Amino acid sequence: MIGNIVRPYGDTTGDGRVQVSFTLPVPFGTPTEQARAEGAAMLLAAKMGLEPAMVVHAKGMGPEFTFFIVYGRVSHLVDMSEVTVAEREFPLLSSAEVNLRIRTGLGRRLVVVGGCIGTDAHTVGIDAILNVKGHSGEKGLEYYREIRVVNLGSQVEVPALVARAKAEGADAVLVSQVVTQRDAHISNAREMAAAFEAAGPGRPLLVVGGPRFDPAMAASLGVDKIFGKGTTPREVASYLAYALAPEGSGGVAA
Amino acid sequence: MKTRLNLDPNVVQVARDLAREAGQPIVEMARTHTTVSVERAVLRLAGLQGADADGMPWVNRLVDAVRETAGLEHGVALPAWDALRTGGYPDLAALADAAARGKARFRIPVGEDERAARTAASAALATGIGRIDANRAQRQKMIEQTGEPPMPWIYLIVATGDIYEDIPQAQAAAREGADVIAVIRSTGQSLLDYVPEGATREGFAGTYATQENFRLMRAALDETSRELGRYVRLTNYASGLCMPEIASLAGLERLDMMLNDCMYGIIFRDINPRRTFIDQRFSRQIHARAGIIINTGEDNYLTTADAVDAAHTVVVSQLMNEFFGQEAGLADSQLGLGHAFEINPAVPDSFLLELAHAQLVRELFPDAPLKYMPPTKHMTGNVFAGYLLDAFFNLCGVMTDQSILLIGMMTEGIHTPFLSVRDLALENVRYVRDAAGRLGESFVPAPGGFIERRAHEVLGESVALLRRIRDEGLLNAIADGTFGITKRPADGGRGLEGVISRADGYFNPASDILEDGERGIPADTAPSLTGTGARQ
Repeated sequence: MIGNIVRPYGDTTGDGRVQVSFTLPVPFGTPTEQARAEGAAMLLAAKMGLEPAMVVHAKGMGPEFTFFIVYGRVSHLVDMSEVTVAEREFPLLSSAEVNLRIRTGLGRRLVVVGGCIGTDAHTVGIDAILNVKGHSGEKGLEYYREIRVVNLGSQVEVPALVARAKAEGADAVLVSQVVTQRDAHISNAREMAAAFEAAGPGRPLLVVGGPRFDPAMAASLGVDKIFGKGTTPREVASYLAYALAPEGSGGVAA
Repeated sequence: MKTRLNLDPNVVQVARDLAREAGQPIVEMARTHTTVSVERAVLRLAGLQGADADGMPWVNRLVDAVRETAGLEHGVALPAWDALRTGGYPDLAALADAAARGKARFRIPVGEDERAARTAASAALATGIGRIDANRAQRQKMIEQTGEPPMPWIYLIVATGDIYEDIPQAQAAAREGADVIAVIRSTGQSLLDYVPEGATREGFAGTYATQENFRLMRAALDETSRELGRYVRLTNYASGLCMPEIASLAGLERLDMMLNDCMYGIIFRDINPRRTFIDQRFSRQIHARAGIIINTGEDNYLTTADAVDAAHTVVVSQLMNEFFGQEAGLADSQLGLGHAFEINPAVPDSFLLELAHAQLVRELFPDAPLKYMPPTKHMTGNVFAGYLLDAFFNLCGVMTDQSILLIGMMTEGIHTPFLSVRDLALENVRYVRDAAGRLGESFVPAPGGFIERRAHEVLGESVALLRRIRDEGLLNAIADGTFGITKRPADGGRGLEGVISRADGYFNPASDILEDGERGIPADTAPSLTGTGARQ
């Protein structure tokens, strides 16, 4: 179906025009070097599918590098019917949206208790999610007005975690595990899930995170959600809002 | 410097008086307490380096052992130098090794033993602080030999995690025009209660601050400074649980500027407020002695709160940082007070508001080498719009005579800057500086106009907030969530267990030297600020 096929739009339908910029590790000093550098940029552009291409800007940066801006025409076509979108089971919300969801869905502040369990003293992960400082340009959960964070830090014993979660009225418990010797992260997560199950009905939402967890393992560990490497605070906050303050829930937690 | 905003000097004086009244009780607390990190800094200044087989520094081993036996209420120096003297150990490292194995005995010496321990400790610390003094003189000599760059200084960041990768990147950045190189620390180092040892090649989004990494980078930048005929400054972070130790290492290895805020660790890292303020005072005494310019972190408030609504919290924090800094002996020329260009560009008159805030800060602190931070919050991934916003930041910086410009990157929030991104950023600032560098002399906001009114409004709000903090007490204000949006109770957060109340006979030979000498140190290496004239 022809209507499903698109290509880049410069100023005319179907012209395929794009702009790219890149750096090559080549000198841009003598006239010969300059000619060779621009030739190299043109070759790269051709290999990227830009044909014809034009080097509109080239500038030496120090003795060993050259920066280029290239305009050209790509011959590639994109069939919109082939586009696939990775599905996340929850929508990614802004901090204001998360706060609003919690206010309207839960009707009070959402309480999160977090820490590193077992012998793990690496609080980098949990702090990056919980501390105001956050990471990757996103503020941590403490930044969210409608989330109350209790960060227990490192080497928290599971019984202490269960007791504190109960005392604080935790809606969710966030646990981070970096140390993975002898699969300690797996056994620690299972131990925690079992302890919360044993503590009786109405357990908080259990969320674990760490670089070595497989997000598909949540059910087998007995937890509700696993976050892997590269997770940002906003994803966690969005998930908490989705799971604990669903839209139109009018204060009933899922 | 003539005022362009017609600020009422009486209001400014009221603001300073309130900051002093709010800060004084904190100073009293710092004078009557110590921390494990202050005591470890004493040992580092006395030359104790190295770590045990597990990588735990000897200073931690020794301080922990003293704390468990003799206690730290009298400071580490008396029991340590007493044990060194009476136990027949060749040096502090041997004593720490024995202490870690439970072999060393510690006590609080009295009489002749106490006098002998005091004398030995004082001599060791005089040597260590002598090294800091020598570094300060060496910096001055290097500046004379290589040249002092004009302000505003261009500040660039490197951070690969590997010190041996950082070095060529830093040298390249200096050649491209950077006057100040900052090596960002590994994520989470601020929460470690020890300073890692040696040259490091692995870090998370940054490179560990260690004494050896400091030494390697300073040596490399000395080489580049000579090559370029311009002294290239080195910056790191004296923050977190080891603030006093890192400050000491910076003095010992001739770093030039240090990030050192009075409240950043409390608000953004959940470090205990008492611990932070006690550590901070000692750190700043070291910085004062070492001729190091501190950089404060007010820009951070604007990344969490709205930059218009929270503008006065920046001024309040600057006034607090100024009071604490001056009290610890820092000269005005060492107070790199921070602020930032973080107003949402969609807000009408956003650039006028930025000018009002930046000019207000300039006039409140005419002799301070202000550090101005570029937009981060409203850098959206549209690198073209970001490049334009960075140009307006640079323009505001030169119009209002900011002293240190952290150069904005159009890839902010996307990834670490490409080589080309850094080059474009420098091209941006060079263009603005060459095209409009002297615009400041003609920038006179209309009397009674929008900019002047906004500046007066922010100053008025600052005075009101300072009055509240003075009445409530600073620790209570922090506990109530006055700064940032987080509540930080005085007994919460990390590191409170490392705070110790001083006994009557508390002895800290480093503090004794620093308190004696701090006001007698000439501001030799401090840059001279002459407003617009500095650049011309």
